[in-house]
Amino acid sequence: MSEDAVVADHDVLLVGGGGAGLRAAIAIAETEPGLDVAVVSKVYPMRSHTVSAEGGAAAVIAEGDTLDEHAYDTVSGSDWLGDQDAIEAFVKEAPRELLQLEHWGCPWSRQPDGRVAVRAFGGMKRMRTWFAADKTGFHMLHTLFQTSLKYSGMTRYDEWFVTRLLVDEGRVHGVVAVELASGRIRAITARAVVLATGGCGKVFPFTTNANINTGDGMALAYRGGAPMKDAEFVQYHPTGLPFTGILITEATRAEGGWLLNKDGYRYLQDYDLGVPTPEPQLRSMELGPRDRLSQAFVHEVAKGRTLDSEWGPIVHLDLRHLGEKLIDTKLPFVRELCLKYERIDPVTELIPVRPVVHYMMGGVHTDIDGATPIAGLYAAGETACVSINGANRLGSNSLPECLVFGARAGRAAASYAASAGPPPAAVAAQASDEVRRLERLLGTPPGDDSVAPIRTEMQTTMEEAAGIYRTGAAMAAGADRLRELQERSTRVGIWDTSQSFNTELVAALELANMLDVAECMLASGLRREESRGAHQRTDFPERDDARFLTHHLVERDPDGSPRVSELPVTITRWQPGERVYGR
Amino acid sequence: MSGNLTLRRPISTWWWLRKRTYFVFVMRELSSIFVAWYVLFLLLLVRAIDRSEGAYADFLDWAASPVIVAVNVVAFAFIVLHAVTWFSLTPQALALRVGGRPVPGWLIIAGQYAGLAIVSVLIWWLVNR
Amino acid sequence: MESTIRLSVTRWRPDKSTPPGQQEYEVPLRKEWTVLDGLNHIKDEIDQTLAFRWSCRMGICGSCGMNVNGEPRLTCGAFLSDYAPGPIRVEPLANFPIARDLVVDMSDFMKKLPRMKPWIIRDDDALLDGDGEIDGEYLQTPEELDAYKQFSMCINCMLCYAACPVYGLDPDFVGPAAIALAERYDLDSRDHGARERLDVLIEHEGVWGCTFVGECTRVCPKHVDPAGAIQRYKLKAAQQTVKAFLLPRGMR
Repeated sequence: MSEDAVVADHDVLLVGGGGAGLRAAIAIAETEPGLDVAVVSKVYPMRSHTVSAEGGAAAVIAEGDTLDEHAYDTVSGSDWLGDQDAIEAFVKEAPRELLQLEHWGCPWSRQPDGRVAVRAFGGMKRMRTWFAADKTGFHMLHTLFQTSLKYSGMTRYDEWFVTRLLVDEGRVHGVVAVELASGRIRAITARAVVLATGGCGKVFPFTTNANINTGDGMALAYRGGAPMKDAEFVQYHPTGLPFTGILITEATRAEGGWLLNKDGYRYLQDYDLGVPTPEPQLRSMELGPRDRLSQAFVHEVAKGRTLDSEWGPIVHLDLRHLGEKLIDTKLPFVRELCLKYERIDPVTELIPVRPVVHYMMGGVHTDIDGATPIAGLYAAGETACVSINGANRLGSNSLPECLVFGARAGRAAASYAASAGPPPAAVAAQASDEVRRLERLLGTPPGDDSVAPIRTEMQTTMEEAAGIYRTGAAMAAGADRLRELQERSTRVGIWDTSQSFNTELVAALELANMLDVAECMLASGLRREESRGAHQRTDFPERDDARFLTHHLVERDPDGSPRVSELPVTITRWQPGERVYGR
Repeated sequence: MSGNLTLRRPISTWWWLRKRTYFVFVMRELSSIFVAWYVLFLLLLVRAIDRSEGAYADFLDWAASPVIVAVNVVAFAFIVLHAVTWFSLTPQALALRVGGRPVPGWLIIAGQYAGLAIVSVLIWWLVNR
Repeated sequence: MESTIRLSVTRWRPDKSTPPGQQEYEVPLRKEWTVLDGLNHIKDEIDQTLAFRWSCRMGICGSCGMNVNGEPRLTCGAFLSDYAPGPIRVEPLANFPIARDLVVDMSDFMKKLPRMKPWIIRDDDALLDGDGEIDGEYLQTPEELDAYKQFSMCINCMLCYAACPVYGLDPDFVGPAAIALAERYDLDSRDHGARERLDVLIEHEGVWGCTFVGECTRVCPKHVDPAGAIQRYKLKAAQQTVKAFLLPRGMR
């Protein structure tokens, strides 16, 4: 490999420039200023999907709230699949992280006396969700990005697409990436690599996620030899706009919104979620956990009590009783989105909503410092599965998760990098192989197949196989279909022969990533013969702690097929119990 | 992205004709010339008065000539544009707060017109008493 | 037969000698489709080689800014039906060099941003306890938050740069979004960095480059009002200059 095939060498390389990636980068720049840090992202950092998070970030700060309560809410919310040591560390560090962000300028909404305000959120017994109007993720991301600009020594590779990890003898040595503007393919070597590329909602056809959420980091790790964990757990957020799938934040329900079926009835009361009251009750009714609310919707459809829309069955989110003043102060972005994309005004009209794929509880398996089993390889944020979210994530836990584990993974990676040696010669051959592979892909002439139809079929397959309720038969059929699609995708050609901004090449690479992650999801899903949290099976409708109080790891065998194994859940203080909401 | 080939697209000299708002902007900027002209005109008036009755009479004759009248009519139109545009822009530039509350934009604009009215009445009275 | 609408889209490749030209495509005219949906339809069904940026499709990431019928717009918020019967002219964002098709080179803006020092500047990080740990939040009342809130809403979509004739004529001009961001931090009660930012912004390509055309504010999809931020900044800068001139050194 010629000298100019390696564009640079760094101590720590962050793959992904969103909430977790930027937090990690800043953590390293602050604690180890002598280290050379670089961030590589396929989009400019302020485009990262963290930007679209709306509702808030949870941390214990209010009078009377305790770390134990936040931990218990998270443990029970996870249906006891969350690792309790990780959860205890998480709830302890979350307040410090959010305060640090405040010191960096994040415009948290305030109480009249100037202290940070908190609101209620789903599945939480106390009000502990910090918020910046209803654009919390936007403000957090921009605060992090602007703060990161302080560190002029930090290198950024904006709009470089990482295609492969360089791994040798169980250790990571860097990545190979394409510079989108020019098409040049280069290796970037590093002592440590942190994956923070977000989730993978785009394997589904209807998702709150952005176009960029294609599971790139998850696939890189999986192909590089690191296991995926708990991939079967996909969160369906109860309230997305029909057609677009745009997120209508849980904050609407935290402020008092109601979910009504076609009879104007608050149907959640029929699903062991409590009794309806005019004011919102914590951990009850519309403030129940997301998995239970999405499941209730499916039952309402079966009972014929949902409304028919052009885009399938919907229910209504009623905010009219909140009043214009509250909506404009606390939920202004929601009002804008409804006016623009549904042409309705939530102040006077009902919002049509339905469950929509939103978050991956599963991801790259890490310990509580973000370390994967591959030396030097770390992961944080939605890409990682520590796990603090287990089988179901509570709303407003994922933004602090990015910060807490972004910082932890950053510091751990820095510590590793400080004493790690340079890459071995073998890495050069891997990089050359990857360059050749990509050149071959670019040079493959287009046939009568292309990326878009394969992607659409994958999405349809996943919608049928990995919905809110699943069956073994559907998942098995889905897995077969995915194998066919993977085969098709290896033969697909590219029409676009340009080196500059070849978005078709990017789409092909993203498709390959999504197919890998989708395969993990179904492989784990088939293995889990129980219903827990967001993984509900009509053929195994009960939770089975005896057999399945365990994580599932999926690793890639040399022949490319997924191999599932088990990993015990860490239980410290909260023995598995019943998840109780509304009573 | 240094070193990558990108294409600069230069702006046409007639960019300001492409959009109504750009056109009004350029007219607004041009109006300063007419404001300057009117200041000069007033200075010439004052100088004529200061000199003698004859100089003043000459000035009035000159001011009544068709060319000067035409110029002044155009100048007046531009000065009105100047006043209207700058009055409406003031609230954007001036974030006034009174007693902890923001002063609404319409009030700032109305205040300027009120000021204009008062000054105009004052001058009319001075001239006619 | 479903009705359609024609999109006339700019195509350009740096490695070909042909100048940029428009290519026409017919896309379904669906009432819930935006121009972005139209572009995605072209890419998925008609011409896989079309390149453009997009991500969130809900007007918060700022990726999809383009010139639509001559106006800088976020294509994810511009509905096809608003332009019916068409045709709709879709061009790369004005005032930026074209990188490829509808993708522009944003590196100039990315270089300008750090010059604004868009972070909280304080001599101290107050509120640290004995162990150097953060001991609480800086108090900031809702009124203090309101003082800068509007200017914090910028999604860096750069429609304002596309609308600004000053930036178009002189790319050295720092530009609306950058100055609005500087103002956002100046007005933040927790920040003490106004003086440092002023040094950058009183230069010729700083605030004084602006002639208050106001088009930036008109096209801003987030109602940031960068024009207002710049004029207020000018007032502040002028006051500082007068003070520096009149007052003895110690009193400034």
